[in-house]
Amino acid sequence: MSTDMHNLTLAQISKGLEAGDFTSVEITQHFLDRIDTLDQNDGGINSFITVTKDQALADAKAADERRAAGNATAWTGVPFAHKDIFCTDGTLTTCGSKMLSNFVPPYDATVVDNFKQQGAVCLGKTNMDEFAMGSSNESSFFGGVKNPWNKETIPGGSSGGSAAAVAARLVPAATGTDTGGSIRQPAALCGLTGLKPTYGRCSRFGMIAFASSLDQAGPMTQTAEDAAMMLNIMSSFDEKDSTSIDQAVPDYTDTLNNDIAGKVIGLPKEFFPDSLDSEMAATVKAAISEFEKLGCTVKEISLPSTDLAIPAYYVVAPAECSANLSRMDGVRFGHRCDDPKDIEDLYKRSRGEGFGDEVKRRIMIGTYALSTGFYDAYYVKAQQIRRLIKNDFVKAFEGVDIIMGPVTPTPAFKAGEHSGDPVEMYMEDKFTLSCNLAGLPGMSIPAGQINGLPVGLQMIGNYWDEANMLNMAHQFQQVTDHHKQTPANI
Amino acid sequence: MALDRSDVKSIADLARLAISDENIDKYSTELSSILDLVEQMNAVNTDGVQPLAHPTDAVQRLRADVVTESNNREKYMANAPAQEEGLFLVPKVVE
Repeated sequence: MSTDMHNLTLAQISKGLEAGDFTSVEITQHFLDRIDTLDQNDGGINSFITVTKDQALADAKAADERRAAGNATAWTGVPFAHKDIFCTDGTLTTCGSKMLSNFVPPYDATVVDNFKQQGAVCLGKTNMDEFAMGSSNESSFFGGVKNPWNKETIPGGSSGGSAAAVAARLVPAATGTDTGGSIRQPAALCGLTGLKPTYGRCSRFGMIAFASSLDQAGPMTQTAEDAAMMLNIMSSFDEKDSTSIDQAVPDYTDTLNNDIAGKVIGLPKEFFPDSLDSEMAATVKAAISEFEKLGCTVKEISLPSTDLAIPAYYVVAPAECSANLSRMDGVRFGHRCDDPKDIEDLYKRSRGEGFGDEVKRRIMIGTYALSTGFYDAYYVKAQQIRRLIKNDFVKAFEGVDIIMGPVTPTPAFKAGEHSGDPVEMYMEDKFTLSCNLAGLPGMSIPAGQINGLPVGLQMIGNYWDEANMLNMAHQFQQVTDHHKQTPANI
Repeated sequence: MALDRSDVKSIADLARLAISDENIDKYSTELSSILDLVEQMNAVNTDGVQPLAHPTDAVQRLRADVVTESNNREKYMANAPAQEEGLFLVPKVVE
């Protein structure tokens, strides 16, 4: 047992537990101590909303016993964390909102259950933008999260707590969710590997809904190998999620070492506009040239509807959120106002007090877009544009194996820098949204740094082609060390 | 599309959201600028394009109409802000 166990990857921890180098209780305690001193203290990172210390240690002990009994899997006793959007039976689940600041779910999300079946050890629930609406983690009711690379900057969002926790090595990996970039953008800004799978790959049951036709769960890890290990158990067909797709789950770790020579990489010219920051363009292109050295070829392609992704997304996501969040009414669970004078007053004040500004804006935009007389002009029009965006990708994948580009326009920005103008904040997601609208899998892997801050390379795969993306990312990580960089003083 | 104060009030009302009077102007500016962004969609002709409801065009899956839930009433009621005799309490709705 060593004092720098926190630098181990998931795969290394799994092997270390198997070899008996340390127990689950020992490594769990090590990470819990780090959370105490680096996260939950004054001026700390604030990446956790809830730390489930006692439960984690009990689960670790049970995992060690399971291992002793000879029933361990690769995941038994391995510590990790869940984004606070996944319902956990008996454990506070807030979704970053005052509205759910007292909500203790009576059941587990399917993704949560999948980890439990393996005997994995959840250390707590990570901070996030309120109801996953945001790109900076500044909309959390529980306060912003600091980016461990530079504490004046934001970690990205909405899975900013998960990203910061992994970057600071408070956990080796964490779950995230991605509706418009909420796994890939924070992964890029915190120097991690993050993957949003094909829509329908991971169950959405018990994952608090933001925009149901876009939401998807996925892993946030140090390496592609770890992402494969995590996706292996996050993926499952689920009767309880009507949008879950019954598609066989391969062992994603099996194909990591396949030869990638001969793969064709498409570079959409719309992802490299003249306005793109020159250092970002150079960093991303340098990463892509590593793939050329591995025998891949690069081809310019066009996704002509790319610019329509932002306007279409800001109809679809708010419209679906206004419907989904109507269940927060102060009657059955969640925040309730004091002394309501009638039922209307109960609804309005409970919601007015329980929701923050960004959530209110999106509910109002969605309500407007779905209201009588506007439905065709907004929602139907946006769904037609989704078809055009999907068609662009389908055509592109006739000639390429994978698509690459930047994840974000810039590295992490300073807290407060975009918070005055919602539309300016929305531009942060310009390269990630089209993937969600088309339902395709997308990934961010560390590509280098600009001014000491990490930036990501985005990979977009064809439907159900996660194994190919993980294979390419893993091969890239065998010849580069961007993913091994950690923040100073961590 | 510019939304004025009365538009914002009626949208908030439809959404059952109490918003304070001093915030209405702020919301009116912000929501109008979001709608300006959204209206960039109008630059493209989508006549005859089939709206995409599910990314992989999956259809609704059906299940047999059988009871699958067990009775967890007490557990489900534990989150209720106000309850009596196992029922949710709300202000009087019918006079």
